[in-house]
Amino acid sequence: MSTDLPSLTDFLAEPVARRALLACVLIGFANGFVSAFVVLRKSALKVGTLSHALLPGIALAVLLVGLTQWSALAGALFAAMLVGLGSIFLSRSSRLDQDTSMGILYTTAFAAGYLVLTQLNIRQKLDEWLFGSIVGMADTDLWIAFAISALAVLTLTALQRPLLIYLFEPHIAASLGVPVRFLNYATFAITILVLISSLQAVGCILSVGLMVAPAATVFLLTNNARALFWGGGIIGALGSVAAFFLSYPLGWSVSATIIVVLGALFLLAFIFSPRYGLFSSRRRS
Amino acid sequence: MVNHPHSNGPEGAHGDHGAPHDHAHQPHGDHVCWGGGGCGHGHAHRLEVRSLRVRYREVLALEDVSFATECGRSLALIGPNGAGKSTLLKSLAGLLTLDAGSILWRGQPLTGKSHEIAYLPQRGDVDWNFPLTVRALVEMGRYPNLGWWRKFSGHDADIVLRALTAMDLLDLQDRQISALSGGQQQRAFIARALAQEAHVLLLDEPFTGLDQPAQENLSNLFRDLTREGRLLIASHHDLRTVENHFDDVLLLRRRQIAFGPVAESFTKANLAQTYEATATA
Repeated sequence: MSTDLPSLTDFLAEPVARRALLACVLIGFANGFVSAFVVLRKSALKVGTLSHALLPGIALAVLLVGLTQWSALAGALFAAMLVGLGSIFLSRSSRLDQDTSMGILYTTAFAAGYLVLTQLNIRQKLDEWLFGSIVGMADTDLWIAFAISALAVLTLTALQRPLLIYLFEPHIAASLGVPVRFLNYATFAITILVLISSLQAVGCILSVGLMVAPAATVFLLTNNARALFWGGGIIGALGSVAAFFLSYPLGWSVSATIIVVLGALFLLAFIFSPRYGLFSSRRRS
Repeated sequence: MVNHPHSNGPEGAHGDHGAPHDHAHQPHGDHVCWGGGGCGHGHAHRLEVRSLRVRYREVLALEDVSFATECGRSLALIGPNGAGKSTLLKSLAGLLTLDAGSILWRGQPLTGKSHEIAYLPQRGDVDWNFPLTVRALVEMGRYPNLGWWRKFSGHDADIVLRALTAMDLLDLQDRQISALSGGQQQRAFIARALAQEAHVLLLDEPFTGLDQPAQENLSNLFRDLTREGRLLIASHHDLRTVENHFDDVLLLRRRQIAFGPVAESFTKANLAQTYEATATA
């Protein structure tokens, strides 16, 4: 298989490849960093809902103004907002809990988006939105990814102190003077932005993995909530870069490899964590 | 921080079950108010609740609650399930919006942002798997004083150390919070309240799930904290131990049935009024 491929060095000499590698670092780190929040907030399902809901938004934007980077981003943002707020509205105004509402909302939204996109004759692009195409990233995409990553890391770092109390005791954080409502909105906005940035790398189906697995791995290794953020970022970036180099000679999809590598790292921590692994003597019965 | 000896039992009786000891640290007088007439300028800090009415999720959970207490006392909230004990605690913590009435702390309406009031959640409501050590939990208590960005200083570290020492948690400070016994978990949250320099500790069922020795230990601790001049308000459901653990009692059944010192208000008649017919409800 590798005989008809240029060597890795030749491949890395291509700007496309270098951009893809840089994108792995940026997007991997930002998603890993934010995954700490997702894991501590126990909102993996919600993120899954949001990421699937990005598809109909993109479809709608493409239908209205044609396919550009910006229209796709704006559509994704709009859809995420709609589903996020919609699930809250549904669960508040009916007997259903939020999990159930989200389950219905995201599958319906996803199916609708799929139908629209298949009707639009841009079939070749569809796979990219579903599973990502990190190799096709342009300079603009990289700048967007960089800006979103920087914003996420700076905001979550600046808010770290109130954020940890909010995550630990969401219902009583207010009694410690934590601005709960502000944190709710700020973290929701950041989650959506980072999700959108990961769209291009891994697509909307696999993005949940990138936004949960890194911190979930660190969670099994430490008692320090702050370490989840930076540790998650590092694992996200390293895992993505490792996947990039692994996928090339094997001819695998980069996005799928990223998720498989992160999943494998999680499995290793799950089995071998000195503190909380399967074989740990300290594991509580 | 916590003074000895305890008022109950013979000398040394309190030392059995790892009761917190701290002879080295004096109470930090400028932060803590003093009960029994020794408070600052001759007055104990006063907490006053006037004609309180609170709705919880659209349902009227409390009405006609009026009482006043002060630092240096411990108050038990007694009543059947759904009587409004937790609602009252959460209102005092500033977590709920009042429907009517007012809560005055040191003569000022309570805004819910005062670091002088600490709320300690029920053990069942805490996410014990959260990646948090005992020390990090106690450090959280400094947040209301530090705000978002101010640097955690040596002064803050001192206060945290004193709180850990007073609650006898120094050796356990690096443990993850789930790796503690029930009594230690309760003490860890009290240590956080001490680090917060709280005058008023609001505790939701602090004795629930503790074994006998741990209950005794916590009871002794309550006496120490009130002697130091703190005000303790706790919901409590074990009627047999009210006398042993608390000074005052507030009987609740959505409305206030009685309030006063345990000896005067914790009467059969009042209890009958508080609990009657709830068995059939």
